[in-house]
Amino acid sequence: MTTTPKLRAWLLTEDFTSARHARAHQAYLSWLRFSSNPLAFGGLAVVVLLALIAALAPWVAIYDPFAQDFSRALQSPSAAHWFGTDELGRDVYSRLVWGARTTLYIAILVTVIVGPIGFVIGATAGYLGGWVDTVLMRVTDIFLAFPSLVLALAFSAALGPGIENAVIAIALTIWPPVARLVRAETLTFRQSDFVVAAELQGASTPRILFRYIVPLCAPSVIIRLTLNMASIILTAAGLGFLGLGAQPPMPEWGAMAAQGRQYLLDAWWLTAVPGIAILIVSLAFNLLGDGLRDILDPKHGS
Amino acid sequence: MIEVKDLHVTFGTNHVVRGVDMTVSEGECFGLVGESGCGKSTVLGAIAGRVKRWQGSISAAEADLRPERRTLAQLRLQQMVFQDPFGSLHPRHTIGRALSEPLEIHGIPDREARIEQALDRVGLPRRFRFRYPHQLSGGQRQRVAIARALILEPKVLLLDEPTSALDVSIQAEILNLLKDLRQQQGLTYVLVSHDMAVVTHLSDRIAVMQDGTFVEVAPRAAMISGDLAHPYTRMLREGSLGYRPTEKEAL
Repeated sequence: MTTTPKLRAWLLTEDFTSARHARAHQAYLSWLRFSSNPLAFGGLAVVVLLALIAALAPWVAIYDPFAQDFSRALQSPSAAHWFGTDELGRDVYSRLVWGARTTLYIAILVTVIVGPIGFVIGATAGYLGGWVDTVLMRVTDIFLAFPSLVLALAFSAALGPGIENAVIAIALTIWPPVARLVRAETLTFRQSDFVVAAELQGASTPRILFRYIVPLCAPSVIIRLTLNMASIILTAAGLGFLGLGAQPPMPEWGAMAAQGRQYLLDAWWLTAVPGIAILIVSLAFNLLGDGLRDILDPKHGS
Repeated sequence: MIEVKDLHVTFGTNHVVRGVDMTVSEGECFGLVGESGCGKSTVLGAIAGRVKRWQGSISAAEADLRPERRTLAQLRLQQMVFQDPFGSLHPRHTIGRALSEPLEIHGIPDREARIEQALDRVGLPRRFRFRYPHQLSGGQRQRVAIARALILEPKVLLLDEPTSALDVSIQAEILNLLKDLRQQQGLTYVLVSHDMAVVTHLSDRIAVMQDGTFVEVAPRAAMISGDLAHPYTRMLREGSLGYRPTEKEAL
């Protein structure tokens, strides 16, 4: 990252001339702190790469992920097929690239569902308190009491296998900790003077929730959701492995690993390649989450 | 301006305020002193609307206030300045945003001009509006908090220990600012403090509180001359004069 000295000085000065300047300054400081952490930076790089691969899958993949060719079944990795071929002669590399789409789709969809639910339930319970808090938290407790993979299994089995149902099943098991986190954060801010000041100025409850409480809870929730991405991917892969997630012939990393299991001794790449991909991406999301915690969490640093 | 009659506040089994009567006329500064836990902040909280459960009656500008709910107009009439300038500003809002929030809530136009005017009034440079609270000192933050309270053009300012979290040198600055603002704009103050010197510096009349009741309401002159009726008031006054060697020690 090369920045011209003039721009750098403009970004670093605290003598702001506009609201945009102030925001640019904040963003630049965060970026400096984030980029000084090589592990987090590596995590971000992998996640960005994953997103690029998923977005550009038709161009990145060499072969059609669905094209079967029995004459080329179970070939080991070579120049033509970088990660070999599977039992139906499909190119594993191309399927891995298209599988990135499925993986990212599930992870993002679950996060988009879980984030708002966690925010609304947690912030409402924490801010309003009383019986609202009791009811919402007991419901959360009920969901927390189920073992998550088993609950996801049950939902997938009940709703029928498929990606959308896997997403719903995973979302159902992941929102309670987020709601708890938001509630705990809300409780710490609820009695603070700046919230009372807003109340005494006549701010309405939705205004206080969305302008005061939510922005303050957002950093820890974003961190939590980023860290959750890894477990979402693992759960999705687990459901896929058990045949309850993506259905064949759709490429999905968990399902790919499961199919390769039958040929584990003869064709190790069928299981190892998607397995390594799951490992790298989960690790990257965890590292990114840790890095974000360093820059976003007000309890770390100034 | 403000009339409180037979105010009682109970938290659980703890009877904090036991029958307080007070009248504050327009343009007056009414001080409340007492040691920690005597209920002085609770009285202020009940007037401000922060404390939501009380018995008795409170009226402001001839309108009765109810414990649970207040109209925007009632809230606008009186604004509060908090003790801790580090906790009373939203850490992620710029100063300008903090000042424009009350204007947005009340739907007041000309926000830009009003924000700049508010910063001028409390003696802060206009470019500070783009800063975040963590880039300001304690005294500057308290000035922002005062600006935020004044931007709604209230008639009454409720001051909850406005200087006790600040350095001694800054305390005087803020007190003089409050004094000037009151003269310029004809504001009514209710000031709560444990510091007798602070209260006496600003207030016209001073109520001394002990265990949830007023033991004495004395004019400022009496507080300075020491012409006081109640022994507890005399004790507080003695304490505020600071350490003086007794004759025996001097010898």
